[in-house]
Amino acid sequence: MDVAQQTVPDTDLAGRRRCAGLLAGATLNEIRAAWDTLAEKPEARPVRGPETGLVMVRGRIGGGGSPFNLGEATVTRATVALASGTVGHAQALGTDKDKARLSAIFDALWQEEASRDFVETAILAPVETRLAAEEAQKAEETAATRVDFFTMVRGDD
Amino acid sequence: MYVAVKGGEAAITNAHRLLADRRRGDRSLPSVTIDQIAEQLGLAVDRVMAEASLYDRSLAALAVRQSRGDLIEAIFLLRAYRTTLPRFGSSVPLDTADMQVERRVSATYKDLPGGQLLGPTFDYTHRLLDPSLLSDEAVEEPARREAGEEAIMRVSDILAHEGLIEADGDLPQDQPAGDLTREPLEFPMSRDLRLQALARGDEGFLLALGYSTQRGYGRNHPFVGEVRIGEVEVEMDIPELGFAVSLGRIRVTECQMVNQFKGSSKAPPQFTRGYGLVFGQNERKAMSMSLVDRALRAEELGEDITAPAQDEEFVISHSDNVQATGFVEHLKLPHYVDFQAELAMVRKMRADIEAARNGENEMKDAAE
Amino acid sequence: MAANTEAFSGGFSNPVFESQSVFRMVMDGMARPGTIRTVEQDAGQPDPLGSAAGAIALTLCDHDTPVWLSAGFSQSAVAEWIGFHSGAPITREKAEARFAFKEASSALSSFGLFSAGTQEYPDRSTTLVIEVEALGEGQELTLAGPGILHSTTAKVAGLPETFLRLWADNRTLFPRGIDVILTAGRHFLCLPRTTRING
Repeated sequence: MDVAQQTVPDTDLAGRRRCAGLLAGATLNEIRAAWDTLAEKPEARPVRGPETGLVMVRGRIGGGGSPFNLGEATVTRATVALASGTVGHAQALGTDKDKARLSAIFDALWQEEASRDFVETAILAPVETRLAAEEAQKAEETAATRVDFFTMVRGDD
Repeated sequence: MYVAVKGGEAAITNAHRLLADRRRGDRSLPSVTIDQIAEQLGLAVDRVMAEASLYDRSLAALAVRQSRGDLIEAIFLLRAYRTTLPRFGSSVPLDTADMQVERRVSATYKDLPGGQLLGPTFDYTHRLLDPSLLSDEAVEEPARREAGEEAIMRVSDILAHEGLIEADGDLPQDQPAGDLTREPLEFPMSRDLRLQALARGDEGFLLALGYSTQRGYGRNHPFVGEVRIGEVEVEMDIPELGFAVSLGRIRVTECQMVNQFKGSSKAPPQFTRGYGLVFGQNERKAMSMSLVDRALRAEELGEDITAPAQDEEFVISHSDNVQATGFVEHLKLPHYVDFQAELAMVRKMRADIEAARNGENEMKDAAE
Repeated sequence: MAANTEAFSGGFSNPVFESQSVFRMVMDGMARPGTIRTVEQDAGQPDPLGSAAGAIALTLCDHDTPVWLSAGFSQSAVAEWIGFHSGAPITREKAEARFAFKEASSALSSFGLFSAGTQEYPDRSTTLVIEVEALGEGQELTLAGPGILHSTTAKVAGLPETFLRLWADNRTLFPRGIDVILTAGRHFLCLPRTTRING
């Protein structure tokens, strides 16, 4: 059951982190939509999972001090291997196993030169745009509740 | 003494069936969906997540539905569920300074960087029942305004520059955090463990304790330095990748309580701080938590321990509502044999007293 | 680290049922010290880890159980394999380890550095999994203690020669002490701290 010997492309870590973060932020529908547009569905052998577990979320005492355990959150993760030997990992909050499995395949596809552009345009870019729009909208909605203080009467006569 | 008895199986089965019926209620009304609960009873869902100590909106909404809105029952269900899951690891500690803020107010500084952001608050409402909610009238979209670029800095970073406010504690940044879900509680406990216990503690219990400090039982002169609510990124180190990745975002509420402090043999006069951090949107809980956190630091700061809120063993041993409800509610389970034993004992004590009294009377009669 | 394909291979194909079966076998083995059990489940472990030891690692180790490995294991893919599939952190401190794995014919100088638990929590001790040459042949050991009616014999080939002396010392710590699982390929037998051994 050994994975074929692979040479992991020397991908830049920031790119891989961004890819993993956006896949975690994507909805199952977004990921499925991208999967459906994929002309040739790659064979992906499950290596681990998809499985649901917990991550202990930590905070910091006083906001910036030493860590304490705040409570747990559900996480679902998956690891798959493509026929080429490339291994993809995915992990996201929640209990969605389909999302984890498909995300792991996209993580693997992103690492391969031939399919990286597809992953970028079909899933990462749209998700990034949506998240940014949602964030901007929330920021504007919150900004509308900002208090503008003004002085009514000044006491020095 | 325990005696095993059997019986009531049919009664239990039928009781569960009846419970399911009453939970569903009138069949002519549509059944409430998980999404509806998560969206429209969001603060109930938040409370269940916080006190169950498990962040998962869908599962918490399911628990609220299954428990017919009994939130402690829902918390119990979610706590039980979490024990079935393996733990993959711990997150990188949350960076609440980098929160996407949805609400942020300070009672100590009017013009702090980032401003006073009221957000979706019940404050300033008139607490009048709104008849328009009897029907499903359309609700306006929120107002919008261009958001400033200004960073919404933590209030504790403002006073810190003057040295008037204590720092975030003197434990190292990479101190391993104790975990009360893994090791039994031992007193006295460190502040990290206390905060874990308080974060999952019962909101009502912490609210009452916080209130008691304000009424003079362990008064600690609090000001809300800041309350903030918003989403933070949860990141985790993935060993097979060799770096940390984002798992998504969660909503938390953070309270920095700033307390005037006259100084003691252990610490100079300065502002000390109590800290509150809670899953979801719940500033009542975060504020109560920060008051109690500060009260429980009495010994560390060299204060006299005079009030319940300062008594670590009392507070932490009784803050967990799943434990509390288990022990209180178990009293309704059959105690037939215990009670028979007590009954026999009370009968005997009464008989003994009666006999003694008769004896005295006979003595008196004999003496007369 | 991501390049290590051996670490990503193997694992139980049906983790829930396979780990439950192995757990049951270990539990029965601890209840009946000295009886030889055979693991049918394939953990797909990398060399030089034996298949019983691999299955036991996947069954018992998790994020909360630091694992110590002898040199032969820690210098192979075994460390990453256990880490990836079980989530257990690998530790170099014997005292921190809840489980320790030793490869065949590695020297065994002392149990002393492993955790024997505390008087209040004797369960917080290390369980030591030692690979030997064979079970059911070799040196004959007479076992007695809880779970054994009168006495029983177990044959072990390739038991470290210091083992019986160390085991006698371990017995004196009771209720503290370590527990041992001897593994040989697909076979294993358990020696809980309560078992007395006469060589």
